[in-house]
Amino acid sequence: MKTLVFLEHHEGALQRDSLGVLSKAASLGGEVDAVLLGQGVEGLAAEAGKFGARHVHVMDDVLLAAPLPQPRVDALETLVRGGGFDTVLFAASVLSADVAAGLAARLDGGLNYDLTDLVVEDGELVGKRPALGDSVYVDAGWTSEPRLALVRSGTFEPSESGGSAEVVTFESRLQDFSLAAVMVEQAHEEAEGPSIEEADVIVAGGRGLGGPEGFAQVEELAKALGGAVAATRAVVDAGWYPYSAQVGQTGKTVSPKLYVAVGISGAIQHKVGMQSSALIVAINKDPNAPIFEYADFGVVGDLNEIVPKLTELVRQRRAA
Amino acid sequence: MKIAVCVKCVPDSSAQTRIDRETKRLDRSGEAALNPFDVNAVEEALRVREEVGETEVVVISLGPERALEPMRKALAMGADRLVLVADEAAAGSDLVATSRILAAVLERESPDLVLFGQQASDSDGAVLQAAVADRLQRPLISQVAELTREDGVVRGKRQTEYGYDVIEAPLPAVVAVSDAINEPRYPSLKGIMGAKSKPQETLSLGAIGVSLEEAGEAGSRTTVLALGEPPARGDTVKIEDDGSAPQKILEFLLEKKAI
Repeated sequence: MKTLVFLEHHEGALQRDSLGVLSKAASLGGEVDAVLLGQGVEGLAAEAGKFGARHVHVMDDVLLAAPLPQPRVDALETLVRGGGFDTVLFAASVLSADVAAGLAARLDGGLNYDLTDLVVEDGELVGKRPALGDSVYVDAGWTSEPRLALVRSGTFEPSESGGSAEVVTFESRLQDFSLAAVMVEQAHEEAEGPSIEEADVIVAGGRGLGGPEGFAQVEELAKALGGAVAATRAVVDAGWYPYSAQVGQTGKTVSPKLYVAVGISGAIQHKVGMQSSALIVAINKDPNAPIFEYADFGVVGDLNEIVPKLTELVRQRRAA
Repeated sequence: MKIAVCVKCVPDSSAQTRIDRETKRLDRSGEAALNPFDVNAVEEALRVREEVGETEVVVISLGPERALEPMRKALAMGADRLVLVADEAAAGSDLVATSRILAAVLERESPDLVLFGQQASDSDGAVLQAAVADRLQRPLISQVAELTREDGVVRGKRQTEYGYDVIEAPLPAVVAVSDAINEPRYPSLKGIMGAKSKPQETLSLGAIGVSLEEAGEAGSRTTVLALGEPPARGDTVKIEDDGSAPQKILEFLLEKKAI
C-alpha cells in the first residue's frame, strides 16, 4: 500500500482529525506520505513526521490560500498520478468532503465515506461504515485503485511515533474552472459567547424548541444544573443561538459529564460532536428520533411540559 | 434562466428501512419519498424563479421508474418538469457511476444553475455535488445557508468548522444548499392537481450516452463486502412521558451522581 493522507490546517496549525487519520494510516503499514496545500504552510509540514508521514508533499501557492476544494482537486490529481499512490485518506470536514468527492470523479476512484474504522483484512484495505442511523455496520471495499476514503470526524486520535518527515515541494497546474469560485469573506465568527468546551454539564437545544424564545427554558435548566448552553447547527443557522455555542461536526466537540439534549433529533452531524459525553439525557417528542439510539436516558414527550418541571425539581434538590 | 435541481427518492422516514442481505443494497421496495434535504433545493429554485422571472425549473433524478411518483411533489410545489434516468443497468451505482450519469443528463440540459440538497437522508453522504461539479467542470459552492445572486454571479454563505464563509462563483455553477436555507412550502391543492399534466420524461442510459460498463456495479469502484451488527451500546432507557418524566429524570441523575 502506498498511502497519501490529506492534511487540513487552520490558522497555522494542523487539524487534529487529519493527524488522527495519518496516525491510523501509519499503523496499517506500507508507505505513508502526507500532503499539505495552502499558502505559507511549508513550516507546518515537518510536524507531520511525528505522526508517521515519511514524506510531506507541499504545494505552497497564493491560489491555494483560501480553503476552497476545487484547486485542491487539481493539485491532488497531479500528486496521486505522479506519485503512484494507491490509497488517499481524508478526515471528513466541509472542505475535505468536497475535495475527496471531486478527486474521486477526476481519478475514477472509489470513495467510501463516513468510515469509523479502517482495517487491513487478508492484505486488503476495508472500511467500516455505520449505516441507517448506525443500526447496521457495512464492510466497505474498493474494486480498483486508487482507493479514496473519508473518515468520520473524531474517529482516530493522533498518536506521536517520534519519526521525522522529509518535506518535498511540488507544483501543479490549476484549472480555470477550479479557480472560478472565490472566497470573499472567511471564517467570520458572528457572535462571542461563553466557552462550552470546558463545561461539566451542557444543556443543548435544537429545532424542537420551536423558535429562539424556546432557549429561555434551556438556559433556565442549564442554570439550575450549573452548566452551559449549547445548540445544534440547524438552530444556529436559523439565527436562534450564537455559533460559538454550536455542537457537532461544524461546531464544537464536547465531552461533559452530563449532556441534556432538548428537542434535538440527533443526526450524525450532531452525534459526532457530543457522543463521548459520559451521560446523555434526551427529551424529544418524536419516538423515532435517532438520539434515542444513543441516549442513556430518553424521554418521549413534550419538552415544554417536561423541561420547566425538571428545572424546578433540580432547583429544589440543590436548595435542600 | 434555467435551474436544474438534482433529487433522490429515499425510503419514507416513517418506514422501517433495512438492507437486503442478498444484494447488500438498501431495500427500496417500501414507500418512497423525496429526500427531505432535496425539498429545500426545490424550494430555493422556486424562490430564485420568483425573483428573476422567466426561469425554467427542471428536476432530475436517477432511480427506478416508480421514483416518478415522489418526484411529482416537486412539480406540485411549482417545478416545471421532471427528468428521470430509469435503467436497470444503473442499479447499485456508487458515487463515481452516479455522478457520471447525472453529469450526462446535466450536459444535455445545460442549466445556468445546478442545485443539490445537502445530503441524502438514507446515505448521509454529502459528496455527490462535488463529484458532479468536477465532471461538469463548473465552480462549486456547498453547504449554502444563504444564497444571493446578481449579474451572473451567485454568492453563498455557508458554515464550516471555523465560522462562516462567503463564496462567490460565476454562472453556470453548482450549489448545494443546507436545510437551514429556507422553510419549504407545502404544495397547494391546485399544484397537486396540476402536477400530473406537467412533462415527465424517463430516459435510458443509452439516451444520455452512458454505456452499460460505466453504470451500475460495473461502473462503480466501491463495493459492500459484508454486513454486520453494530458494536453493542451500553444500556439505554427510553420512556414515554406520562407526567412523571421530570421526576424520573431527576432520579436517574441522582442515581448516576450527575447532580
